[in-house]
Amino acid sequence: MLAPVHQAYLLEARQMQALSFAVHIPLVCFGIAFPAIIMFVEWRALRTGDPLYRTLARRWSRVMAALFAVGVITGTLLSFEMGLLWPGFTAAFGSVFGLGFALEGFSFFLEAIFIGIYVYGWDRLKPRTHLLTGIPIVIAGFTGSLFVIAVDAWMNHPGGFRLHDGKVTDVRPLRALFGNSYLWHELIHMYIAGYIVTGFLLAAAYAVGRLRSRERPATRYERTALAIPLAIAALASPVQVVVGDWAARDVATTQPIKLAAIEGLYRTTRGAPEHVLGWYTAGQVKYGIKIPHLLSLLSFHSWNAKVIGLDTVPPSDRPPINIVRFSFQTMVGIGTMLAVLGLLTLVVMARTRRLPGNVWFYRAVAAAGPLSVVALIAGWVTTEVGRQPWVVYGVMRTSQAVTGAHGIPFGYGALVVVYLAVACAVVFILRRLARSPLPAAA
Amino acid sequence: MALHDVPLIFVLIGLTFYAVLAGADFGAGMWLLLAGPGEAGHHRREHAHTATAPVWEANHVWLIFVITVLWTAYPTVFGSIASTLALPMFGAAMGIILRGASYALYSGVRKGRELRATETVFALSSVIAPFFLGTLVGAVAARRVPVGNAAGRLFSSWVSPVPIYGGVLAVATGAYLAAVFLAGDARRRGEQDLEQAYRTRALAAGVLAGALAIGGLLVVRHDARPLYEGLVHHGHIAAPICSALAGVATLALVARRAYEPARVIAALAVAAIVVGWALAQSPILLPGLTVARAAAPHETLVLVVIAVLAGAVILFPSLGLLFGLTLRGRFDPGAPSPGPPAAPATGADRTAPLARVAGACALAGAGVLVFADAQWAHAVAVVALLAAVVLGFFALRPGELADEGDA
Ligand code: HDD
Ligand code: HEM
Ligand code: HEM
Repeated sequence: MLAPVHQAYLLEARQMQALSFAVHIPLVCFGIAFPAIIMFVEWRALRTGDPLYRTLARRWSRVMAALFAVGVITGTLLSFEMGLLWPGFTAAFGSVFGLGFALEGFSFFLEAIFIGIYVYGWDRLKPRTHLLTGIPIVIAGFTGSLFVIAVDAWMNHPGGFRLHDGKVTDVRPLRALFGNSYLWHELIHMYIAGYIVTGFLLAAAYAVGRLRSRERPATRYERTALAIPLAIAALASPVQVVVGDWAARDVATTQPIKLAAIEGLYRTTRGAPEHVLGWYTAGQVKYGIKIPHLLSLLSFHSWNAKVIGLDTVPPSDRPPINIVRFSFQTMVGIGTMLAVLGLLTLVVMARTRRLPGNVWFYRAVAAAGPLSVVALIAGWVTTEVGRQPWVVYGVMRTSQAVTGAHGIPFGYGALVVVYLAVACAVVFILRRLARSPLPAAA
Repeated sequence: MALHDVPLIFVLIGLTFYAVLAGADFGAGMWLLLAGPGEAGHHRREHAHTATAPVWEANHVWLIFVITVLWTAYPTVFGSIASTLALPMFGAAMGIILRGASYALYSGVRKGRELRATETVFALSSVIAPFFLGTLVGAVAARRVPVGNAAGRLFSSWVSPVPIYGGVLAVATGAYLAAVFLAGDARRRGEQDLEQAYRTRALAAGVLAGALAIGGLLVVRHDARPLYEGLVHHGHIAAPICSALAGVATLALVARRAYEPARVIAALAVAAIVVGWALAQSPILLPGLTVARAAAPHETLVLVVIAVLAGAVILFPSLGLLFGLTLRGRFDPGAPSPGPPAAPATGADRTAPLARVAGACALAGAGVLVFADAQWAHAVAVVALLAAVVLGFFALRPGELADEGDA
């Protein structure tokens, strides 16, 4: 264990961590969902012999390769930051949670190896063999999320070790990582989020194209490229609401203070109300819409259940209420809209066996892409900021984990500049790839 | 050897793989700077790019492997290194980020100015990243990283002869390895001019790297006496000598155009340096901290060892597949293609029942997830919900959906 040191720039360190995640996470959504989507398209090509599918799959696999490269480097920075920013955390608890990352390493190996084979193997491997090389990528996308989220879930609901004089003893890494009830809602919620974000972003790209060239009817290629990701996102987003509700009940039982921050509940209350919108100040939510008993009902399925309030812990143990509340409401608001859009899409698709023709529908899909990313980040801000001031919930404070090195503001500034450049580069590549001529359809 | 040494051996093996494989990828980037003008130069740059494209991401993961095993098995070590050596570590991260981003840009840029700018960033970052990674190793070897949260100096911990020398050596070895690999790839593709160009570069870089390695002993002797004494200690001297011999042998092999054995022997030369360093330093990890004291509790060590061995069972066959395909030239431009897909069998799709099953799964899953509390019930519910998504997707038949016009 390293002795904690004073760090004047703790806030900047936290923001630097948050920025690094906010860049990594949308990219890895493509690592989770894109391989399966592309494999589906390639499978259609094999089944129907229609060259259109093959063209589409090849094209998307180029996009996947470019995004994967950026996912890799942003992830590398994250693993450096575990030591650069939070040496106290890795030094104290590396033996407990580290195994998750070590396993994660093998999953990255598989993903990187088979993405290499898949992307460069078009026309080089037998068609069926080529399709099969996609399977390890899909599996690695899942296990990759599993292992890293196991670490995050452990930080939120730590177990599998004991503290003795500030030293970690009796370490049980498997129990800490995989015997943790908190892992499962996070994993499923994130995995589905991967499909929602990838599906809606892809669909949004083609919806924008559609809105731009309204004078001509869309080609079959464009309609296919829109319909497949849209169908996935439309199916996944209603499911996300149910899974989110499960997540909220897990939070209510294991992290009551996080729930109190999410709801802005100051006093421990029986039959607690829910406030939609509004602003938390001086122990209450102002300007919100109050719905009596709803919080008790949702969290504990009982009209008069007792919900723990912020007043049960000293102010120094409370997270920043309004950030958590605002992020949560953003996620739920967007999540609800996405679910409604998804259900509408499903109804139209199932009834008419066609894509909707309404301009407003395409505008909604175009907005849904970026909004799903906002929901994703907002969800993580809820989870991570809601855990504050703890890095390991109830065990180690963020201020005990932070580095003593000087120059965090400098690093943070440099990172902002570099990531802006990376973001520009990604946008540039995607636009280029979208405009480059279709590869010969063979 | 005790259990607490085993993960360290994994770390050193990982480091060797990283130095050889990713080192060569970095080197390929550096050679973009020295490719020469005109059409021939363009051709050389393109070769350096395409030869590494399918493998660099897999090679990069060795670094992640090293870091994660380190912080799991020897928790205080990684935190101490990263907080004291924050600057070179951040520099390495920036190099890696710029390199990956400019690599991704390749797929979008066209010829001319755009391409030149991308290549320049790629090449410069290919120097920056291994340089800083080399200084990290150099600073640890020179015992300049005390145990503690940022306990060492921000600058003087690495701005000193041995760490800087470590960085330079990393760059030079990368350039040498890359030139050997690229010459070998060019020979396989039957491109004689290209082979000749990289062979010349390999010989030049090899002589330079060899001179650096030998001259470096003086730097080490002057700046890091304990490390020097460890290296030349009579029980350990075999390692540096092996490395030197292997280095000379690869040069001879390259001169004779035997690139495949040269690759392997070059890897041995690097491995021997790593072994020599490990012997020189053992049993100390950081000043005052032995491997035994730094090691995580028993159960963690056991699990790490099991995880790595089990992972290796999956990893090495997969790596074998990737490198087999690459080294046999299956990914080269113009490699033979197995021909168009066979004619498909189309059957009638019957999806109405599928949709009903999907709907039922969705309702049941949602109901159980919301109203049941038991863990196993949640598991069943999640499986039902995911099944609903998958079945629903196939019931919708989104492919055929697009065949018709809009509603
Ligand atoms: C596309 C993205 C997306 C959408 C539409 C939703 N969420 Fe979410 N949410 C996330 C993406 C996300 C996430 C992936 O960002 C988080 C962060 C941590 C996690 O496990 O998932 C998350 C966390 C998260 C948490 C905190 C869990 C924790 O701290 O462990 C709760 C309570 C909810 N969500 C609830 C909901 C509800 C009720 C939604 C529906 C209306 C919803 N989410 C839609
Ligand atoms: C919810 C959180 C996270 C998820 C779901 C996730 C998932 C993924 C996935 C799927 C990839 C594959 C690359 C890609 O698709 O672009 C990836 C890459 C990576 N991630 Fe994350 N990640 C998360 C958080 C983290 C954290 C906390 C770290 C480190 C501290 C990290 C480190 C990495 C690294 C090093 C890579 C590169 C792997 C390679 O070289 O192939 N990630 N991540
Ligand atoms: C799943 C793997 C993850 C791990 C292991 C992880 C770990 C950490 C660590 C060590 C910190 C610093 C200590 C602290 O502030 O408590 C942190 C903070 C933070 N992380 Fe995560 N995190 C993960 C996922 C994410 C994701 C995906 C996001 C997405 C945006 C995110 C957003 C944040 C934010 C906003 C903070 C700063 C909190 C604050 O300063 O109030 N995290 N996380």
